Amino acid sequence: MNNMHHPLAKYLRPGAEVTTACPGCGDGMIAQSVLRAIDEMDIDIDSFVFVCGIGCAGWIPSPYFNADTLHTTHGRPIAFATGVKLAKPDRRVMVISGDGDLSAIGGNHLIHAARRNLDITVLCANNGIYGMTGGQVAPTTPQHMRTATTPYGNPEPPFNLCKLVEAAGATYVARWTAAHPRFVTRAVRQALNHEGFAFIEVMSQCPVHFGKWSERGGAVDLLEDLKNRSVTLRQEKRLSEEEMKDQWVVGELITEDTIKISD
Amino acid sequence: MPEAALKPGRYFMQGNVACAEGALAAGCRFFAGYPITPATEIAEHMALRLPEFDGVYIQMEDEIGSIASVIGAAWTGALAMTATSGPGMSLMQENIGYAVGTETPCVIVDVQRGGPSTGIPAVPMQGDMVQVRRGSHGDYESIAFAPASAQEMFDLTVRAFNMAEQVRTPVFVMADAALGHMREPVEIPEPNTVPKIRRKLPDPKTDPQEIQGFLDEDVAPMPIFGHGFKAHVTGSCHDERGMRNVVDAQALDGFVRTLTRKVEKQREALIQVESEETEDAEVVLLGYGMVGRAAKAIAQEARQTGLRVGSLRPITVWPFADREIQTLCENAKRVMVMENNLGQMLPYVQAAVNADVISLPPQVLGTLHRPQEVLERIQEVIS
Repeated sequence: MNNMHHPLAKYLRPGAEVTTACPGCGDGMIAQSVLRAIDEMDIDIDSFVFVCGIGCAGWIPSPYFNADTLHTTHGRPIAFATGVKLAKPDRRVMVISGDGDLSAIGGNHLIHAARRNLDITVLCANNGIYGMTGGQVAPTTPQHMRTATTPYGNPEPPFNLCKLVEAAGATYVARWTAAHPRFVTRAVRQALNHEGFAFIEVMSQCPVHFGKWSERGGAVDLLEDLKNRSVTLRQEKRLSEEEMKDQWVVGELITEDTIKISD
Repeated sequence: MPEAALKPGRYFMQGNVACAEGALAAGCRFFAGYPITPATEIAEHMALRLPEFDGVYIQMEDEIGSIASVIGAAWTGALAMTATSGPGMSLMQENIGYAVGTETPCVIVDVQRGGPSTGIPAVPMQGDMVQVRRGSHGDYESIAFAPASAQEMFDLTVRAFNMAEQVRTPVFVMADAALGHMREPVEIPEPNTVPKIRRKLPDPKTDPQEIQGFLDEDVAPMPIFGHGFKAHVTGSCHDERGMRNVVDAQALDGFVRTLTRKVEKQREALIQVESEETEDAEVVLLGYGMVGRAAKAIAQEARQTGLRVGSLRPITVWPFADREIQTLCENAKRVMVMENNLGQMLPYVQAAVNADVISLPPQVLGTLHRPQEVLERIQEVIS
């Protein structure tokens, strides 16, 4: 028994092995997917600078990943990462943060880093709600859903983050869910090999807050729900706008190949 | 790349350009900014000159991003700066607190303009003097210098970098629109005579687990990125290793007190005050920045008419030079505080000296004090 250890535990900061995530949270699955990609690619974790903002997803790398880590102010990790990458281009700079941090308070930095095609990887854990503060509406919350600050239902439509960064100029864009850990790992590998601005959106479950307010159930129900709402690019072509209303497309949405075709 | 440095000698130079050249001479190799009057020429000059030093210039999407990327660059080991004016300073406040809390050396130049709000962009005012002391939330100490000439725009920018590196904290250069846009002779020194203090780094052989890279009153070595130090940098309350502690008031107490004491312990190295004929002065004119120059000239004029007037100019505005000012004003009956605002530093002077303290803004805010008006006030208070 003493000889058993998690194959990715070697990447964790000694003394920071106890997770702060709620039971059933998707953040642990995302952390594993990222570390597995680094492990499969056999990259020295010391070649990274992980940058994160405020919110649950900011605690995916901080303090757990045993590498240089910059845990910034709310909304600003991409702006901090811009300084790190430009001043030390030989570093692999990876931003891991949440939908509220990256697309609400930090939305401006997100689109400008995409426009610059800055050579960093941004992984957005999108749980559709503000988890750390207790379940308030986010710019990614489904329309009409009740939350702590939309007791009569959310009057606003959510962002499509992948379309947003695509329009802004991102050169690698992928969307998966926490129910697709192997695909998330593959996307992280692609993103790390990609030269330019890479954006990965991982739709993720928050059973404690999103699960409660959406009445979509616990962690397992939410993972099932994430899978059911995911359609491939090919499936999307056969679906009407109405049928796509509560679905999202998963896969590699923008790659070097798609850019070449559109050019 | 020393060939990129200006040849030593006397130049006729704009204050903002002198500031940028001072930064380059000090070793600044990263600038992030956002256009704003009256500070823009600093960004323009850095955009022109930094590539000649293999440095990086980036125009960010706003001032929040500017200071954020400056902090990011500083953590890779670069000497980094930004320059702005009041509205940009207001936007930067949260990340300034982050730089204080994470002990990130960087330089922030504030070329002050008329405010509040959009105010008047090209009219000088000293409106941000208290904001720079306490603008970000929480409790902390600031370091700020107030230049009074194009030469000091160069010299004090060099000094700001050196003190930022020595104390591992942001340092401010508080200029104003007149100083930034004014052209004056500037003596550019031989590049290798420019003092260059550099931050302490951990011993590269240290086990990353053992590195105490934060919260030392005598300034901890900075575990900059890219050297296997596995730094954990957070604006949350943390311990000496940078590990977050957001449950323990005792940890918060240590976090706040250590960062404050760290600056206080460097007081001797930081404080600079210029004074003239204060020993027997009945009245001392106290002013900083451009106004300090006027105070000195008016005091000299008053002396010529036989009045016992001295002048005093805090070059270091934060930490406040209370002890030095007290000593210099020991024999004075009155201290007239000349400021291009309605008395921002006044309460600090009042607390420091035993004499009567009189606030003396210019008759029209945003303009220079008129010598005749000040001389009349002096005669009033002396008689």
